[in-house]
Amino acid sequence: MADVMLLNEVETTAARLGIDLSEIDLDSIRLPPGEDFGIKSDDEDVFRDENMEFDSGFGNIIVVDNIPVVPREKFEKLEGVIRKIYSQIGVIKEDGFWMPTDPETHKTLGFCFVEFNTPQEAELALKTNGYKLDRSHIFAVNLFDDFEKYMKVPDEWAPPEVVPYTPGENLQKWLTDEKARDQFVIRAGTDTEVLWNDARQMKPDPVYKRAYWTESFVQWSPLGTYLATVHRQGAAVWGGASTFNRLMRYAHPQVGLIDFSPGENYLVTYSSHEPSSPDEPKRVVINIFDVRTGKVMRDFKGTTDEFAIAGSGGVSGVSWPVFKWGGGKEDKYFARLGKNLISVYETENFFLLDKKSLKVENVMDFSWSPTDPILALFVPELGGGNQPARVSLYQIPSKEELRQKNLFSVSDCKMYWQSNGDYLAVKVDRYTKTKKSTYTGFELFRIKERDIPIEVFELENKTDKIIAFAWEPKGHRFAIIHGDNPRPDVSFYSMRSGNNTGRVSKLTTLKGKQANALYWSPTGRYIILAGLKGMNGQLEFYNVDELETMATAEHFMATDIEWDPTGRYVATAVTSVHEMENGFNIWSFNGKLLYRILKDHFFQFLWRPRPPPFLSPEKEEEIAKNLKKYSKKYEAEDQDVSMLLSEQDREKRKMLKEEWEKWVAEWKRLHEEERLEREKLRDGEASDDDEEEYEAKEVEVEEVLETTEEILPFEI
Amino acid sequence: MRPILMKGHERPLTFLKYNRDGDLLFSCAKDHTPTVWFADNGERLGTYRGHNGAVWSCDVSRNSMLLITGSADQSAMLWNVQTGQQLFTFNFDSPARSVDFSVGDKLAVITTDPFMGHTSAIQVKTIAEDPEDQIGESALVIKGPQGRINRAIWGPLNRTIISAGEDTIVRVWDSETGKLLIESEKEVGHKKPITSLTKSADGSHFITGSLDKSAKLWDTRTLTLIKTYVTERPVNAVTMSPLLDHVVLGGGQDASAVTTTDHRAGKFEAKFFDKILQEEIGGVKGHFGPINALAFNPDGKSFSSGGEDGYVRIHHFDPDYFNIKI
Repeated sequence: MADVMLLNEVETTAARLGIDLSEIDLDSIRLPPGEDFGIKSDDEDVFRDENMEFDSGFGNIIVVDNIPVVPREKFEKLEGVIRKIYSQIGVIKEDGFWMPTDPETHKTLGFCFVEFNTPQEAELALKTNGYKLDRSHIFAVNLFDDFEKYMKVPDEWAPPEVVPYTPGENLQKWLTDEKARDQFVIRAGTDTEVLWNDARQMKPDPVYKRAYWTESFVQWSPLGTYLATVHRQGAAVWGGASTFNRLMRYAHPQVGLIDFSPGENYLVTYSSHEPSSPDEPKRVVINIFDVRTGKVMRDFKGTTDEFAIAGSGGVSGVSWPVFKWGGGKEDKYFARLGKNLISVYETENFFLLDKKSLKVENVMDFSWSPTDPILALFVPELGGGNQPARVSLYQIPSKEELRQKNLFSVSDCKMYWQSNGDYLAVKVDRYTKTKKSTYTGFELFRIKERDIPIEVFELENKTDKIIAFAWEPKGHRFAIIHGDNPRPDVSFYSMRSGNNTGRVSKLTTLKGKQANALYWSPTGRYIILAGLKGMNGQLEFYNVDELETMATAEHFMATDIEWDPTGRYVATAVTSVHEMENGFNIWSFNGKLLYRILKDHFFQFLWRPRPPPFLSPEKEEEIAKNLKKYSKKYEAEDQDVSMLLSEQDREKRKMLKEEWEKWVAEWKRLHEEERLEREKLRDGEASDDDEEEYEAKEVEVEEVLETTEEILPFEI
Repeated sequence: MRPILMKGHERPLTFLKYNRDGDLLFSCAKDHTPTVWFADNGERLGTYRGHNGAVWSCDVSRNSMLLITGSADQSAMLWNVQTGQQLFTFNFDSPARSVDFSVGDKLAVITTDPFMGHTSAIQVKTIAEDPEDQIGESALVIKGPQGRINRAIWGPLNRTIISAGEDTIVRVWDSETGKLLIESEKEVGHKKPITSLTKSADGSHFITGSLDKSAKLWDTRTLTLIKTYVTERPVNAVTMSPLLDHVVLGGGQDASAVTTTDHRAGKFEAKFFDKILQEEIGGVKGHFGPINALAFNPDGKSFSSGGEDGYVRIHHFDPDYFNIKI
C-alpha cells in the first residue's frame, strides 16, 4: 500500500531535487497493476496467509439453480416453496433469501440465493442438489464460494507443470546426535520448548523455543518425525534438520483433537460444532489428511450420535480416537465402531473394506493388534444371560473369525495387547453368584501360537480388585497391582514357565506397595511402581530380571511419568492440575535423580519418540552380550565429561568467590571511611558493630587437690 | 539442637527482631501484643500492651532501652523496653507497616499503608532523647510508590532510605530532601510484590524476598543486583547470617491456597542458601504454616522463625553447622 505523502513534503522533495512540479502531470503516472504495484511482499506470513482464508464470509450462502422461471404474480408462491425446502435443513438468515428478477420482464431468472446462519448448514443444504421439484426442474445447488473456483477452470487443458525435485531436509537428523541424546518437548505458561536431555551435563540443552506455538496442546508423531500443533484454523506439523520449521498445515476450523496413524502417514483431525438450535445434536467433522501432502484423503461429517459408540460415550459424546489404526506401521486399515457394526476402511482407496462394514450384533468395544491386521472385539451378554458374552478375533482383510471365546455372567471386559502382538489379555469382570459384587479374571490369548490357545488366569485371591495391569513391552511378562487396602500388592507373572512354555507362572508378589500405576521401561526388564495422585508421587524402581528393588524415591505430587524411548531415563512431572510444585524431574532408569526443573503452569512433557531400530534381534542380542566391549568408549566419554564438569564447577565457584571478595573489600573500605561520621551520629560512641565490646578469654585454672607418693616394686 | 518452641501469640507472627546484644528477642504478631523473650532459653520476659490492632513490625534502639512498634491500629508506639511503659504514640490516617531506627536512634522511618483514599507514605520522625520532649510531627513525608510499602530502612549514615513493597521496585530516597535517587530496573528486579527486606550487619548490602519465589541481594549504595536466590515458594521473610555466608529464606504457600493436608505440600521450611554460590544447602522444618518472619541472632549462632501457625521457634545451631562445606 502506498504511503500518503503530505503535499508540502512532496513540494520540498521536488525542490530539493530541482523538479518543477507544475511541469509534471500527476495523472499520467501509471502504477503497475495489482494491489501490491508489482512489488512482492517479502513477508512470508502475509504471503502465505492468503491461502489460509478459510472463511471468506460467503461460506454460508448457496446458489440454487434450475428453479422455475415465474412472473411477478407467482414470485411469492415460489419463494414460499423454496423457503420451505431449505428451512427444513437449516435456519435461513433474515433477508437471507434473494431471487433476482429481470428488470424488464419482471420474471425471475431461474436461480436464487439462500443464506444460512452457519456454513455447516449451507454444506448440508448441498444435499438438495438433484432435488426434483418437478420433471423439468431439477435443482443444481452449489456453494457461492465454489462459483469462483469453477469459474477459474481454464477452458483448455494445459499439461501440468513439472516441478523439479528439490531434496527436503533430513527430518530425522535428531537421531544422529553425536551424544545419542533424546529430545523432549515441554509446555509451560505460554511457551513451548524442545530440549535435549543432556543427562551427562545434568541439565537440559535448549533446541527451540516459541511462545504461543500452539493453542491447546502439542503432540509428537508416533515415529518422532513431526511435532504437531493445534490452532483455531487447523493443525500444523513442524520438524527439520536443525530447527523446527513448519512443514505442513492442515486446514480444519476449530480442530479439537488430533491423532496420527502409527506409521505417521495420516493425520486424523476432529472438531465438534455447536448446533444452531439447542434441540439438535452437536455436529462433528473428522478429516483424514495425508501427512506429507496435506491432502484430505477422506472426511466424515455427522452428528455426535453417529460417532458416539454404544456404551463408551463419555462426557463429550465421542471417545477419542474415533478411528483406530490397525495393521502395524503400514497404516493399511483403520476402523471405527458403529451400532451393531465395525466399519473397517482401507487406506488404499479410503473406502470401506469390501464396501461393507463388519456386522456384529451389539458389539461394544474393539481393538487392533499393534502389529498385525487382527481385530479383537467384545460383545456383552444379551437376553438376560441367555446369549453369552464373547470375545472374538478377526483377521483383516479376510474378515475371518480366528478365535472366539464365550464368557458368562460378565459385567465388563477390557483388552490389553502386548506390544509385539504376541499376547492379548482380556480382563473380565464377572458377577458373583449373588450378582451383588464382581470379581476379576483374565483370558490370555497366545496369538502367535497355533490355534491361538487361551488360558484362563485368576489371581490367588479372586476377590482382589485389579488396580492396574501392564504387559512388559516386547516381553513375556506382565505386572498387576491388586488388592483393596490402601497399600495394594504388586505381582509379576510370566507367560512361560520353566520348561513348559505354554503356561503362565508367577514370578513374585510384592506386598503392601504404595502404588496405583505401572510404568514398564520401553525395553522391558525395568518397571516403575508409582503411587500417583492420592499417593503423593511415590516411586519404586524395580528390576524384574533380578526381582529386586533398585531404588525408592518420591516426586512429591507427581502426576505424570514417561520413559524416554530408549529406556535410559524417566521423566516425572507435576502438571498444572496442581497449583504448586509444577515442573519435572529426570531420573536414570535405576532411580537416580539427575536433575529437577521447576516451571509454573506446567502443562505437558513429551519425549520425542524414536522409530524402531534397524538392528536385527540377533544383532541386538550380540551387542547385549558384548556390552563391556562396546561400553568402554562411552564410559571414557562419560568420565571426561564429568571431569570437565567438576573443573567448570570449580572455575565458576572460584570466580564467584573472587567477585564476592571484591564486594566485601569495597564494603569494608567504605565502612571504614564512614566510621567517624557514624560515631558522630551516635554522639561519639566509639564502638562499631564489628568491634567486640567484650572479649571472651579462655582461662585455664589448674588446682592441685592431692599429691601422694607410692613406691612400686620394680621387676625385670 | 532441638528448637525451642515458643507459644505466646494467639495469631500469626509478623515480625521478629533481636536487640544488638542478642539476648532479647522481640516478636510481633497479628494479636495486638508485641512480646519480648530471652533469646537464650525462650523464656517470656514480658509483653507490650496498648495496641489495638495487628502489629506489623518493631525495632529496638542500640542501647536496648527504646522499642518502636508499627500497628494496623493506625499508630506507631514508643515503649520503655524494661518496664513495658508506653512512652509516646504517633497517630496516622492509615495502618503503620514498617518501622526502623536510624544509626544513632535519633530518627525513625515509618511506612503507612494506602487506606481509605490515603496513598502509602514513608514518614520520618525525629526521636527525642527524653520522651517528654517527643513530638508527633513528621520531619519528612515521601509519597510516590503505588500500593503498600512493605519495608523501609535507613541506608548508610542515614543519608538514604531504602523502600520496597507491592509495586516490586526497590527505591533509594534521599533522606534529607525526599528525592528519589535510584530505583531498581524492571528487568533484573522482582516480578511480584516484595514482602521483606533485611540489611546486613554492616548495612553494606541488603536482601529482598518476594512472592515471585526468589530473594535478591543488592548493594545498598549503588542498588546493584548482586545475587538471586531461587526457591519453590513465595518468600515472606529473609535474613542473612552475620557470621557465615548464608542466607535464609522463609515462606510457603499462602495459607488460603494450601489445600492438601500434607504439611509438605506447603513447604513451610526455612531454606538455607549459600550466599555466594546461590545454591540451596539445607532447610529447617517445623512450622505447620508459612513462615512470616525470620531473624538471625547478631552472634550468628542461632536464628528464630515466626510462622502463620502462631509459634516462634528459636534454633540454636549444632557445631556441625559451622563446618558445612559445599
